[in-house]
Amino acid sequence: MAKEFVKGNEAIGKAAILAGLDCYFGYPITPQSEIPEYLSAELPKVGKVFLQAESEVAAINMVYGAAGTGVRVMTSSSSPGVSLKLEGISYMAGAELPCVIVNIQRGGPGLGNIAPEQGDYFQATKGGGHGNYRLIVLAPDSGQEMADFTMHAFNLAEKYRTPVMLLGDGYLGQMKEAVEFKTPERIKTDMSWTIGNQEKNGHQVISSIDIEPEILEQRNLRLLAKYKEIQKTEVMYENFMTDDAELIVVAYGITSRVARSAVEIARQQGLKVGLFRPKTLFPFPKNELKNLTSRVKKVLVCELSTGQMVEDVKLNSACDADVYFYGRCGGVVPSDLELVEQFKKISEGKGVIWE
Amino acid sequence: MSKVKIAEINCKECGLCVEACPKKILRISDRLNAKGYRVVECIDDNQCVGCAACAKVCPDIVISIYKD
Amino acid sequence: MKTVYERPKSLNDRYFHYCPGCGHGVVHKLIAEVVDELGIQGKTIGVAPVGCSVFAYWYYDFDFSQAAHGRAPAVATGIKRAKPGSVVFSYQGDGDLAAIGTAEIIHAANRGENITVIFINNAIYGMTGGQMAPTTLVGQKASTAPLGRNPQNEGYPIRVCELLSSLTGPTYLERTAVTTPAEITKTKKALKKAFQNQLDGAGFSLVEILSQCPTNWGVKPVDGTKFIKEQMMPVFPLGVYKDISEERKGSK
Repeated sequence: MAKEFVKGNEAIGKAAILAGLDCYFGYPITPQSEIPEYLSAELPKVGKVFLQAESEVAAINMVYGAAGTGVRVMTSSSSPGVSLKLEGISYMAGAELPCVIVNIQRGGPGLGNIAPEQGDYFQATKGGGHGNYRLIVLAPDSGQEMADFTMHAFNLAEKYRTPVMLLGDGYLGQMKEAVEFKTPERIKTDMSWTIGNQEKNGHQVISSIDIEPEILEQRNLRLLAKYKEIQKTEVMYENFMTDDAELIVVAYGITSRVARSAVEIARQQGLKVGLFRPKTLFPFPKNELKNLTSRVKKVLVCELSTGQMVEDVKLNSACDADVYFYGRCGGVVPSDLELVEQFKKISEGKGVIWE
Repeated sequence: MSKVKIAEINCKECGLCVEACPKKILRISDRLNAKGYRVVECIDDNQCVGCAACAKVCPDIVISIYKD
Repeated sequence: MKTVYERPKSLNDRYFHYCPGCGHGVVHKLIAEVVDELGIQGKTIGVAPVGCSVFAYWYYDFDFSQAAHGRAPAVATGIKRAKPGSVVFSYQGDGDLAAIGTAEIIHAANRGENITVIFINNAIYGMTGGQMAPTTLVGQKASTAPLGRNPQNEGYPIRVCELLSSLTGPTYLERTAVTTPAEITKTKKALKKAFQNQLDGAGFSLVEILSQCPTNWGVKPVDGTKFIKEQMMPVFPLGVYKDISEERKGSK
């Protein structure tokens, strides 16, 4: 199939429409405004709903409403806007509603800036909003994956009745790459729990409240069982040149692109480096990392942050593996040569262990 | 069949129906229901004109009204 | 014997958790009566707020979505846009609608969403134990205004019907009360119109209902009725604040 040269943000929009997006509710924020802009033009053409909400808060609550009826619904924002959505996301997790939430990360904390960062890893993978919940978090590394993962997100959301987050960043959102748009398989799921589907009798209620503690505990345990199932079944990752590696770099998203180049350069210089790239940040590829680090004892985690994913890497690496960290933030992205320098330092025993 | 049917179990002794009845045939009795409220009673069913003012103001659907 | 009044069909027989004399019970009944009379039980979806009526969905035999505090108009928008054939109503108190949810109600009204909003104004926060609401009267005591609402510090009560009537978006705005049988009948008429408008595609309808909270006002229910009549009505006058239902029929 022919490839199209598109911005990452637009790739998400187009992929969502191909996946059967019924409703989009969102709000402008740099660097993801192309998503609502693209969908405002394209969704009405296919008879679907686009609405610019009055805030990110309103948008996530519109998503909550529509998701309860069983339609495919999406919202998108960037870091500060995602913070606003966290209450609504917690409600959706508690009420077990499917939806796709796109976070095109930017500099933080606070207003930060509009340059790319990966500072929302904790927010995305550790719940973020209140309560015992997790989001499935997909981390694309390219325009192609922005499209593919969007399609995958809708299926996952419905399969598990849970919100799914697509965690991108300003670089991926703004970059133009060649993308092949596939026709996604739409997996049918049971929709008997939804509201507004008049064929049935009785009444359905979408709610996340259980006033009796024992009942709420049961809800939480159901969610826990769901997340355990997701951990068992939905992990995605990539190994690049790790088979004979003596040092692996762990990175996701745009950082993994830089790391990939750095690995190639380092290999030419005789360094045995490989890239381990998580594609799902939740569920985190724990077993794969554990296996890898039973053999590879030097792990460099590279993120556009002051160190977030590195905690999960440390937690899931063999005890005798040395974990190092190299991060840039505020919108600064390391170059491939910068990373090669880090590889050399570590290989020469001059690396500083992360704490 | 009586014109005024009272579901005593739902009564919360709020007194709004007693106030609303234009014939003044409702009053709070001495009987307690399971929740501990003294329930409303109709003193004289024959005097009921079926206006249903009591049923309208009742927040708990205690009173049903029928007419010949 | 013919039935003059019985429990409406779409209201189940679950015991109301509301306090003795609370206005919620009265309005819940009226909504069910209207839904029955319009024959829309099979396609009605309620949106419950955060407040005493968070459990409104316990009492009706139709679909419900429970919304985050203040967000019911946004949730209702999402449902209605996804399922336009449904009849969607939100049911909100004064904290939900006029404090945390001010943006959501203004924008849903402004967009003219084809939904029905039922706004219960009892000048206090009920569920959380009697704190000041945006609608609390000047001088009225509340647990967070123990000396009475002081406009210098706390501002003045918000009049929602008046506020929304400045927008072009809304179609029908009326304020009623659930006090006497006559006022309750008028409230039912307003609610029926607000639902009929949605069926007619006439756009956004809101009915603001002055209702009592005997527990947090610290009064007997029969005195609560007096408080509404003597204290609340002068500040929140009853009446129609906007009605272009006829000309907006079929527009949504």
